[in-house]
Amino acid sequence: MIEFFLGHQLYWVVSLLIVVGLYGMLVKKNLLKKVLGLNIFQSGIILFFVASASKRNATVPIVEATTKIIDSSQYINPLPHTLMLTAIVVSVSVTGVALALLIKIYQKYKTLDEELLLKQMQ
Amino acid sequence: MIQAHLPLLIPLTLLFFALLIPLFGTKVPRSAYFLALSGSFLAFLISLYGLVRVATDGAISYNMGGWAPPIGIEFILDPLSSFMMLIVTGISFLVIIYGYRVVPEEHPQTQVSYFSIVMLMLTGFSGIVLTGDLFNLYVFLEIASLASYAIVALGDKRSLVASFRYLMLGSLGSAFYLLGIGFIYFMGGSLNMKDVSQILPFISGEPAVIAGLIFVVTGIALKMALFPLHFWLPDAYSSASSVSVALLAPLGTKIGAYILIRFLYFIFEPEYVTTTVPITSIISWLSVAGIIYGSIMAIAQDDLKRMLAYSSVAQVGYIGLGIGLATPLALTGALLHIMNHSLMKAALFLVAGNLQIRIGHSNIQKFNQKLRHTMPWSMAAFSLGALSMIGIPPTAGFFSKWYLIVSAVGESQWFFVLVILLSSLLNAVYFFRVIEKVYLSPSKESLTDLPEEEEENKYAQNEVSFSMLTPTLILSACLLVIGIFNYFIVNNLIDLMIPSNF
Repeated sequence: MIEFFLGHQLYWVVSLLIVVGLYGMLVKKNLLKKVLGLNIFQSGIILFFVASASKRNATVPIVEATTKIIDSSQYINPLPHTLMLTAIVVSVSVTGVALALLIKIYQKYKTLDEELLLKQMQ
Repeated sequence: MIQAHLPLLIPLTLLFFALLIPLFGTKVPRSAYFLALSGSFLAFLISLYGLVRVATDGAISYNMGGWAPPIGIEFILDPLSSFMMLIVTGISFLVIIYGYRVVPEEHPQTQVSYFSIVMLMLTGFSGIVLTGDLFNLYVFLEIASLASYAIVALGDKRSLVASFRYLMLGSLGSAFYLLGIGFIYFMGGSLNMKDVSQILPFISGEPAVIAGLIFVVTGIALKMALFPLHFWLPDAYSSASSVSVALLAPLGTKIGAYILIRFLYFIFEPEYVTTTVPITSIISWLSVAGIIYGSIMAIAQDDLKRMLAYSSVAQVGYIGLGIGLATPLALTGALLHIMNHSLMKAALFLVAGNLQIRIGHSNIQKFNQKLRHTMPWSMAAFSLGALSMIGIPPTAGFFSKWYLIVSAVGESQWFFVLVILLSSLLNAVYFFRVIEKVYLSPSKESLTDLPEEEEENKYAQNEVSFSMLTPTLILSACLLVIGIFNYFIVNNLIDLMIPSNF
């Protein structure tokens, strides 16, 4: 049982981040906290990709001119990291659009609380 | 020569015009419309040519940067993607024609950026349809989604909050999709769709692959507004402006349906998703619930746009049911319904936009018989769209429902047959509410002293302008044409799209 918990530390951290993020997005009433929740959720996924690609006793995938033999097990798979660079860019732009919307909402209604907003909109 | 580049040319043309619009639009705002129009028309012509080439010569694949597929990103124009591409570019071209007067009126300050965002959204849609790479699909999904959040936010007074909600749930859907691909990638070691489909049979028993599949399907279900995950849709659609909604409603949810078809039947195998992990039966039961829920909610709405938005939830259910039944015949029905529903919804939302412009509201309770005299063509287009939604032959809507019913009978799913028939009745109820107000209410004399009369006189009492009427009429005429040539389309196009491993 303990081995199961200790053997999958990464997954516990990732699932914790995802659950915290989902909680923030779905339960919190303040719209800014929802955006924060979304960011935490996305960080969880990014961490999942980056950490799953790592390997013990392996190095960066750069082949030096002096080494003749290439053993793929000595290198980390670089693809998930590059994918996550793109995913970070995407999540930054999503956050940007979300914050722009929040600024507009705040200018119009002077509040970011969901219940107050719904009351004002009726 | 040009043929090999066709898959990339479509998104590239759209992206090129998306960037060209702000360049010229800052000097001459009016040029934005014509650039968007020519860009989407060009993309439409390329898609049409692509469809013809694919139907005769088979699929065309393009390797990005010259890197061979499992390593590089691949763009594929196969029968399914060229068909979707034709729907996306055709409908967007017609809706952009419609924007000639409407966009400057509804977005006086922002028309340049509006058209630019529309083109970006279409770039995203075309990328989703054409790409052969799982992660590339995620990036295009986010491009299309970000553009659609912005478009929704440019609507009426409730649109900011509706757009924020749409953003939250849309991003959640994309994030689930990304998580799902992560599982599949770490098990299979590839992101290329063809490659993954060859690897999957060896690893299909792994729990991680099943978890990945479930995450992907949940994410896509959020994007396509499948029943319990539909709640962002009515608010977003009913508060967006008329051009935006005529682009989003026919295309946005259908793109989700397309990704689902790609995933379940092209990447995973039909047998795997029906028997090993029975995810298709879950999809079909949720769809059936969505059909009933959407139709009943549509009856309860007073606003025409909101009614059409709820009817979208129901119509997505038909597509989901076709996907979920997982027979060649049902998939034919689903694909046909993707096309038919895009045309019907575009036509109906354009009529709702016409009403918004001419009489200033789209409240069904306030419709009266004057509309049939002042806007005869719009109302005729509406009636044709409504008949097609209900599924009266020979309109297009009849045939997609026919295929769904026949395949449900073939699978002995009598409850689904009952639901399809019942929902057609419910469709009839909510569309005839409008038709009754317009065509069957008492004659002119008895209504001359209504209180609304003076209020309505502010607006011109005649048919909408040529640029708005033409696309509406073309779209509704398509419903008849496609209905009549349905057999030809199914035999020559849709049969090519059904995967061979069914």
